[in-house]
Amino acid sequence: MAVENACACGEKLSEEELLAKLDEVLLEYKDKPGALIPVLQIAQGMLGYLPETALKRIALGLNKPYSEVAGVVSFYAFFSTSPRGKNVIRVCLGTACYVRGGKNVLDALKHQLKIDVGETTKDHLFSLEVARCFGACGLAPTIAINDKVYKRVRPTKVGEILEQYKEAAKQGEAHG
Amino acid sequence: MPTLTIDNVKVEVAAGATILDASRKAGIRIPTLCYMEKVQAIGACRVCLVEVEGAKTLVASCVMPAGEGMKVKTNTKRVREARRMVVELLLSDHDGDCQTCNRSGDCELQALARELGIKEITYPGAKGRKLIDDSTPALTRDSAKCIHCRRCVAVCSQIQGVGALFPQSRGFKSVIGPAFAQNLDTVTCVQCGQCAAVCPVGAISERDQIDEVWAALDNPKKHVIVQTAPAIRAALGECFGLPPGTLVTGKMVSALRRLGFHAVFDTNFTADLTILEEGTELLTRLKKALVDKEKVALPMYTSCSPGWIKYVEHFYPDIREHISTCKSPQQMFGAVAKTYYAEKIGKKAEDIFVVSVMPCTAKKYEAQRPEMNSSGVRDVDVVLTTRELGRMIQQAGIDFVNLPDDKMDSPLGISSGAADIFANTGGVMEAALRTAYEIVTGKQLPAENLHIKPIEGLQGVKEASLKITGAVPAWSFLEGVTVNVAVAHGLSNARKVIERMKSGEANYHFVEVMTCPGGCIRRRRPAARDHRRGADEAHRRHLPRGRREETPQVAREPGSRPDIQGVPRQAARREIAPPAAHAL
Ligand code: SF4
Ligand code: SF4
Ligand code: FES
Ligand code: FES
Repeated sequence: MAVENACACGEKLSEEELLAKLDEVLLEYKDKPGALIPVLQIAQGMLGYLPETALKRIALGLNKPYSEVAGVVSFYAFFSTSPRGKNVIRVCLGTACYVRGGKNVLDALKHQLKIDVGETTKDHLFSLEVARCFGACGLAPTIAINDKVYKRVRPTKVGEILEQYKEAAKQGEAHG
Repeated sequence: MPTLTIDNVKVEVAAGATILDASRKAGIRIPTLCYMEKVQAIGACRVCLVEVEGAKTLVASCVMPAGEGMKVKTNTKRVREARRMVVELLLSDHDGDCQTCNRSGDCELQALARELGIKEITYPGAKGRKLIDDSTPALTRDSAKCIHCRRCVAVCSQIQGVGALFPQSRGFKSVIGPAFAQNLDTVTCVQCGQCAAVCPVGAISERDQIDEVWAALDNPKKHVIVQTAPAIRAALGECFGLPPGTLVTGKMVSALRRLGFHAVFDTNFTADLTILEEGTELLTRLKKALVDKEKVALPMYTSCSPGWIKYVEHFYPDIREHISTCKSPQQMFGAVAKTYYAEKIGKKAEDIFVVSVMPCTAKKYEAQRPEMNSSGVRDVDVVLTTRELGRMIQQAGIDFVNLPDDKMDSPLGISSGAADIFANTGGVMEAALRTAYEIVTGKQLPAENLHIKPIEGLQGVKEASLKITGAVPAWSFLEGVTVNVAVAHGLSNARKVIERMKSGEANYHFVEVMTCPGGCIRRRRPAARDHRRGADEAHRRHLPRGRREETPQVAREPGSRPDIQGVPRQAARREIAPPAAHAL
């Protein structure tokens, strides 16, 4: 399974190279208490998601049962064990957003993308996740796509937002 | 040393003790579910709530430290209602089909509901996931019955050092199980069944194989025989309300005959064989190392505990060669029954059906291992646990308590007595050493020559040294040699021994490992309730009776048994399996 991913500098690394980097991280964190969550965050940052091979390496590297590593990964919505789409959509269901209809926005997105929370579209363009509070409660309901936060989102308007990303992807392909 | 008052009883406890400890000292019962003495106190289930004067909320007594001058009430309206609500909430998410549950009558949740006087469940609502896992020969899991007490998690990781179980996911999706809620056969579970032994409900239990035994008994073509492990005769009585540890050997034999078994044998017979083989193997390895200067795998580890073998295959595949190639008594019995005994009674191996009654779920797994068919067919067909045999006797409508005594069949039915201590931690090592000593010196091992002592700071591991003097000529190279041995019970303790060997901190020749804490004898308990009271005390209560049968037998050394001669030796050896496919 080839993991296509780029690190910050834009250069592509093979899965092997990425896992070798992970081993370095593991050596550094090995004896630190409470290392599991930071290591998982780093690994997800490097690989884009947390494949089984990486999780098993982490378990061995930190000397923790695999069941515990998996338990932590499956507890936090932030962690993903399947490759995520090019664009990660996070819908805020914090109190303010929930009250102002965040759930309806989420339903609209599920409907448009034909996926459930935690899933990725077949074309790998979008993944859908839920989040708690982006600190923009005054402008609820909010969603974030990658690092961009959209405020006062109407369920009827999500189509338009998605369209921009689909368009950008097409442009990218044409140039690529 | 705080002194506190619980329900008007004054009690003084050691610093660091909890309210629960104090109440037990004062003889006041507080119900618990998630708590396990010395193993787990996490305050998760809230069943142990009590009222402390001056505190705003009720507190969980299993984690709340006892304070000087505290005034505790364990039986107020508020406490009763809160406990009831806690259990009602557990029940509302519990798949409560008690009538068909194999733990009915022996379930802590059921008992608690009755004890707290719950008459209806006022919180109907969503239920968790129902995942059934019957992927292993030893265990069945049903996530819908799980109450998330995490006792299994604690024993699997702390006592066994396996860590196959952990809470997965969250909310109603949450299950206690292997990574990503997979089945047990995909992970490093060693099938020891410690999780099933501590589960308060029917969420993890031994695989029920009673019907397979009934089918064989109903089949006129099959000659169905049964072997019973030493631990069973002291445990079975408890299924019928007799006090823990009561020896019911005679009644058990009667019951087995009434169930329709054609012959009833004692696993002790082959335990003697195991001891003899194991002692000889140790000597052979020592000779190779000392005289022939060959490279042999030392220390030699015992091989009778199948959970331990699986543990090594998963976690330390590099020491597989160190495990004795002797089969466990159960498997030797199966092999001998389907070869030697089959020939004696003029039957074919495939017409004999061997049932074992064992204290341990891993024995179910052991019997299914592919290499365990030296008779050409499966050597042991079905393994029942004590609980299953108890249920089978009930199904047959047998009035167990009033049965007359009966005797085991021979020649497979007498034993040296050396094997009687086999089920205890240290028993296999001691018996094998005695045998080896006698072979080497021609004399019995004087009791004072073997000093087994605990290792400072290492609970669950003991060691001993034995200096050999007066060796007969054939074994003269062992004259003056000191044999170092160690005994570990509970797999996390076994790990300590392996690590000590690896780091060069210790140099043993022979190591006994039993998968279960306290050895097989601890596993003979049919009920899980001991774990609430504290395993140590329970062990102490059982021990003297387990050792009791040692005395009346005739011959001490298994080698001196006439009936053992002539038993085919190849039946006694097992093959070393190739490395396990998955390491995690
Ligand atoms: S059988 Fe033993 S190793 Fe397997 S999950 Fe249960 S406690 Fe852990
Ligand atoms: S399986 Fe049994 S022991 Fe484990 S958490 Fe569930 S109820 Fe508790
Ligand atoms: S609740 Fe959604 S931004 Fe705060
Ligand atoms: S919270 Fe005390 S026994 Fe569970």
